[in-house]
Amino acid sequence: MTHSLVNSLVTFLAAAETNDPERFTPKVPESDHFWVPNEASTMAGTVDSLFNYIMWVSVISVILIFAAMAYFCIKYRAKDRESNQAALSQVDHSNALEITWSVAPFFFLISIFVWGFKDFVTLYTAPKNSIEIYATGQKWKWTFKYPNGFVDSELHVPKDKNVRILIKSVDVIHSLYLPEFRAKMDAVPGRYTDLWFNATKAGVFPIYCTEYCGKQHSDMLSQVTVHEGNGYEEWLVAKEKEIELLPPAELGQRMYKQFGCAACHTLDGSKNTGPTFKGVFGRVETLSTGQQVKVDENYIRNSIMEPQKDIVQGFPPQMPSFKGQLSDKKIDGIIAFLKTVQ
Amino acid sequence: MAAPSATVDDNFLTHEKGILSWLCTLDHKRIGLMYLICVLSAFLLGGSAAMLIRAELWTPGPTLIDHQTYNQAFTLHGAVMVFLVIIPGIPAALGNVVLPLMLGAKDVAFPRLNLASWYLWVIGALCLITSLITNCADTGWTFYTPYSTTTTTSVIPALFGAFILGFSSIFTGLNFLTTLHKLRPAGMTWFRMPLFLWAIYATGIMQILATPVLGITLLMLIVERAVGIGIFDPALGGDPVLFQHFFWFYSHPAVYIMIVPAFGVVSEIFPVFSRKRIFGYKFIALSSVAIAVLGFLVWGHHMFTSGQSIVAGTVFSGITFLIAIPTAIKAFNWIATMYKGAVHLDTPMLYALAFLWVFSIGGVTGMFLSVMSTDVHLHDTYFVVAHFHYVMMGGAITALMGGIHYWWPKMTGRMYPEKLGRIGAVIVLFGLNLTFLPQFVMGSRGMPRRYYNYLEEFQPMHQLSSLGAFTMGLGFLLVAYYLLRSLKTGPKAPDNPWGGNTLEWQTTSPPAYYNFHTPPVITEGPYEYADWTYDAKVGGYVRISKQAKS
Repeated sequence: MTHSLVNSLVTFLAAAETNDPERFTPKVPESDHFWVPNEASTMAGTVDSLFNYIMWVSVISVILIFAAMAYFCIKYRAKDRESNQAALSQVDHSNALEITWSVAPFFFLISIFVWGFKDFVTLYTAPKNSIEIYATGQKWKWTFKYPNGFVDSELHVPKDKNVRILIKSVDVIHSLYLPEFRAKMDAVPGRYTDLWFNATKAGVFPIYCTEYCGKQHSDMLSQVTVHEGNGYEEWLVAKEKEIELLPPAELGQRMYKQFGCAACHTLDGSKNTGPTFKGVFGRVETLSTGQQVKVDENYIRNSIMEPQKDIVQGFPPQMPSFKGQLSDKKIDGIIAFLKTVQ
Repeated sequence: MAAPSATVDDNFLTHEKGILSWLCTLDHKRIGLMYLICVLSAFLLGGSAAMLIRAELWTPGPTLIDHQTYNQAFTLHGAVMVFLVIIPGIPAALGNVVLPLMLGAKDVAFPRLNLASWYLWVIGALCLITSLITNCADTGWTFYTPYSTTTTTSVIPALFGAFILGFSSIFTGLNFLTTLHKLRPAGMTWFRMPLFLWAIYATGIMQILATPVLGITLLMLIVERAVGIGIFDPALGGDPVLFQHFFWFYSHPAVYIMIVPAFGVVSEIFPVFSRKRIFGYKFIALSSVAIAVLGFLVWGHHMFTSGQSIVAGTVFSGITFLIAIPTAIKAFNWIATMYKGAVHLDTPMLYALAFLWVFSIGGVTGMFLSVMSTDVHLHDTYFVVAHFHYVMMGGAITALMGGIHYWWPKMTGRMYPEKLGRIGAVIVLFGLNLTFLPQFVMGSRGMPRRYYNYLEEFQPMHQLSSLGAFTMGLGFLLVAYYLLRSLKTGPKAPDNPWGGNTLEWQTTSPPAYYNFHTPPVITEGPYEYADWTYDAKVGGYVRISKQAKS
């Protein structure tokens, strides 16, 4: 009994990293600081100064408390119960002391509060000339829509420019978190929220979802690439062209990844939140109403536009509508792609 | 019911026999012990979920369980620890045993309501467990909409359980408030009341005023989920941020419902084990009330990144800073109590010192989160997880442990083994810090909370944290072992092992069924120790008779 417990503990401790190779994992660049990630935006340094100030105030006050506690414990420790040692003094109040230790922290607290308030106002007041990018949260994927209408699953921004991200969600609450920029904002269904930043370092930084959103919350990752010079504009133009020239099935495959279809629909036949795409075209599905339908071009199109209408039996009605997000050309591409997944 | 017999051995534990005499009892001490058994069983359940979570996080990818099970495990851990353990832990379990004794009263004001509260707790707990065994909710203990209205897991039993537990908490608060107003003994003015009772008083106010809001919120959520009436779900015309306002309007005061009783326990332990009057009695007493009042006005600090307006955020942030003052006052006064005292480092005192240690860390890290600009970076990361575990686990649970050891001789009539007690306290404190200190670091480095998978960069910190959690788990098992063992083999406890001067130490251990044979009269404050002297023959403190003194 104990032997097998020990054995399983050993195997557990030695458990090899069984990372899902399909899972997208951004790299966190080595930071110059112990406590915080790299400072890659204009506000990051400002927020960190306050962070450090609070850190010093905290460390000093905690050390003082611990020191007083330890000192009194050692110095005034009673020998034993038998000797009935009495306290050296029964002093039990001092208004001067009470006022001192109420008022002294007050000044620190006020300074921290005012400082934090000022930075917060700057953090959430986007400058007027910002580049606007729309971010959409959905289970379990971020998509970013650029000013020219191009949509990608990763964020690309120019260095030293003000960028405003308008955030929405199509299902539950998510939260867009860019640690290197010290920026975070919830994506709330039914309204827009926003954040802004001005990136000061070229490079690639992780993006997380920080509001719990269900099964694959921890896989709702992306990354932001900060381009130098004209890199951002060039990237955008090149991407557009690339998409234009793709054959339909490849375009469809691209859309499958970009719009987060992969989060629920597998290609290998395994069951997930939604029906698998393996062999989906031409398959006869039983709907939740009991009706039988054959999956053809029209069924696929309808399922993208109005996914709640015909739900396949045994699956939750969770898919958001993509009406207005996908052009006809892209939908044609998806249909062509699904025909190839056999 | 038999009249209290006159034999020396008769006490509330032996007064009546059989399981029914417990389940139908109106005795506050028995009800308190039943709460204690239930709360500690729930602690075992919630703690096991915590161990499962920490084991899963040993590697960045899947380790033991899958995504869904992990999400259910942290929901279970949070809901059980908050609703079943910490909220009823000190007030309902320890408070029930101690409060009437401290007042020299026979019982609480409404003994039947008191028993009903315990039954409500049991029904609420059963509802939560129903959710657990059918298809455990995966919403997190916060039940944020619209996730909680759209997930396929069994959320309704969990919500209903929390709803019923709310009533248990309201009734307990009501009962204690009435008792404190009506059943104080002759001579016990408000400012001669033990500080534990001040804390229970402040807690009662919050329980009565805040918990109904949670009740109605959960009920609205149930209605939305079951019947599809749009209140919070934007797809039905509702507003998801409204839910957060409602939820935190209860759940922030609830944080103080959890921690203010802990302040009360610690305020009892410090003077008794320093053999010295508590320093700044009035400041400690009134700061509990100040915290209770201000605690109602800070809920929006959970929502700085929810899209709430900057003006609202500013007000909430400002008031949050104000709460730091009464909290700091308490800590300083406890330290000052030890000054020139005669400090005995027995297990309850070790837990009180541990409380001061972890609560200081929990308190100062709260500043990072109440500042709006730094909170944006830290919100919903492990920094928050570490902060509230330092306050809730480190604060409330440590104080609960201290209180259990402090009143164990009174409640059970047996002494626990002192040496093992001290070892247990040190292991728990060490494990606690090893678990949660690394979480501050990974949080400020950007590790989001509630993550099943995580980036490899965070693995060393996660492993340290897991090792700490396992250490803490072993520490608690040790405590459970020697406490249970002491019920049988522990030496008989003296009436007053620590030399306390509050009334519960002036009756027998364990107390008689009716607590006191003659109603006590109060002529001095609760922290006067000059009249008590240690008697090695008794193994505890005895009162110096008036003649002997003069």
